[in-house]
Amino acid sequence: MIRVDGRSDSSSLIRVRGINKTYSRGGEKIQVLQGLNLDVDKGDFVAFMGPSGSGKTTLLNLLGGLDVPSAGSITVDGDEITHMSASKLTHWRARHVGFIFQMYNLIPVLTAFQNVELPLLLTKLSKSERRKHVETALAVVGLADRMNHYPRQLSGGQEQRVTIARAIVSDPTFLLCDEPTGDLDRKSADEIMALIDELVGKYNKTILMVTHDALVAARAHTTLHLDKGVLIEAGKSAQPVLAGGAA
Amino acid sequence: MKYSRLIFANLFRKKVRLILTVGSFAVALFLFTFLAVVKSAFSRGTELAGADRLVVINRAGLIQTIPLAYYDKILRIPGVKAVTHNNWFGGVYQDEKNFFPQFVIDMDNQRQVMTEMKIPDDQWKTFVNDRQGAIAGATLAKRFGWKVGDRIPLKNALYGPTSTWEFNLDGIYKNDHPGGDESQFWLQWKYFDETIPSVIKGLVGWYVVKLDSPDDAVRVAKAIDTEFANSSTETKTETESAFQAGFAKQLGNIELLILTIGGVVFFTLLLVTGNTMAISVRERTGELAVLKAIGFTDRFVLFFVLAESLVIALIGGLIGLGLAMLAIPVVGAALNGFLPTLILSAAMLSAGLGFAVLVGAASGLLPGLGAMRLRVVDALRRV
Repeated sequence: MIRVDGRSDSSSLIRVRGINKTYSRGGEKIQVLQGLNLDVDKGDFVAFMGPSGSGKTTLLNLLGGLDVPSAGSITVDGDEITHMSASKLTHWRARHVGFIFQMYNLIPVLTAFQNVELPLLLTKLSKSERRKHVETALAVVGLADRMNHYPRQLSGGQEQRVTIARAIVSDPTFLLCDEPTGDLDRKSADEIMALIDELVGKYNKTILMVTHDALVAARAHTTLHLDKGVLIEAGKSAQPVLAGGAA
Repeated sequence: MKYSRLIFANLFRKKVRLILTVGSFAVALFLFTFLAVVKSAFSRGTELAGADRLVVINRAGLIQTIPLAYYDKILRIPGVKAVTHNNWFGGVYQDEKNFFPQFVIDMDNQRQVMTEMKIPDDQWKTFVNDRQGAIAGATLAKRFGWKVGDRIPLKNALYGPTSTWEFNLDGIYKNDHPGGDESQFWLQWKYFDETIPSVIKGLVGWYVVKLDSPDDAVRVAKAIDTEFANSSTETKTETESAFQAGFAKQLGNIELLILTIGGVVFFTLLLVTGNTMAISVRERTGELAVLKAIGFTDRFVLFFVLAESLVIALIGGLIGLGLAMLAIPVVGAALNGFLPTLILSAAMLSAGLGFAVLVGAASGLLPGLGAMRLRVVDALRRV
């Protein structure tokens, strides 16, 4: 259940309370987020929309532990992350967050397999265990036959699939998607969204996604609008995502 | 190591740049090693000089002679164990480019003073009994393919009209000290003294004094110079190492020159590699940010950059040292004895590798720290 009123009980997977984010630019203070509340349960799929500069990516960065709020608290699966040290936060990210970026951000000199393996290098898994996990992740995104290809040998859609495989390979607590289809044509975007739907429906993943695309946002359980640093619930999608399939 | 693939994949990202950087490392290491070998060749005489030996020369300079009559007076000074004398012969073997040091020796005392130079007793006996006998160092004999029994003609114009002096090679000496001089040619004082014009008879080039104890060096040196003070031929006595150092300095301040060139090489290499690493890191800002985002710590990122820099340094360094190992014997042979023997020791190879690692670490440090401090949010915004 996704709520933005700050009244949810403490069982939420992600619990955001009264966060503010203020930047200083040329001596001027710019408040990007203002007293924002959010509760997301396990298995929820929420889309954030809003005009440029509304704070969508800032919110995603805060939820992913890439940035810290000026005030307020963020608790994920019982861990309060707002006061963690940078080093602790890095370890926390490795365990709990899978990132999917608009520009894929794959390492061009590594194969698809090696890119997906990266988060596992930080674990104590053996080489054979890592191989098993990577092969499974690549099979989930439909690229089992492309694991030895370099990013330049893949289409944009395939690159994004590799990014998704990299995000899920360590089985994180939740996934953060920043415009996952922003650099793709409609057909590829639909394929990626079908894959994301599958992650939610079939694998019960929790996903928070920023998008400008209303069609993409419509596939989420809930779309929230960010306006002037405040979250507004725009309504739930017409149909909930069915297990193992698209809406 | 599970991270090696990531490190090597990044290294080979720009192959031309990698080759050029490794190449500059290799050339610099070759130069560094070569200079170290030359410096060591010049200072070896000082390092290997006997701590218990003094050299007595004419106060007016090394090329001036000293009377043979000083011998007994020096020997009588308390603390003196043995004395020998030498003269510079200065002959030419076949061609002037075949230079090698030739000394007229006092065969009665040479072996008591220069104890590190070993000659088989039978060869020494033959030499003593042969007025035209000669002893050559093992390196010198090898250089010209001489063997015991060979006849060696040396042209000489220092002692009267140019004439050819004929010598019989009676023995070959070896130096007990690793890297010690084996390039000298010795001839007998008696043969020399009876052959030269009478006006220069009875004059030696310098004395070498063996002491009872190295602790006596200062006192004995002072006593010798005092003994001959206010005479027609005053002396200057110093330890053998000080004498060797002064002799090397006659060629100019080699050490300063070598250190200066070495310093320039070091800083140039530092700038070249540092620049390469800085560009490499800047090109990968987004990728480094992603690594940090997915859980690689700041220290890991620093480690990656340093590891790349060190791998470049080690590959370049090993190539440079390999080149030096191949080239130094060839260069040494081509110098024809104009420089002391060039020896590339294991210690120098280790120092070269250490130098490479130091430059590698130093050049990767700043870009590595920059990458370490990179804020993920800022870096991702730039992608």
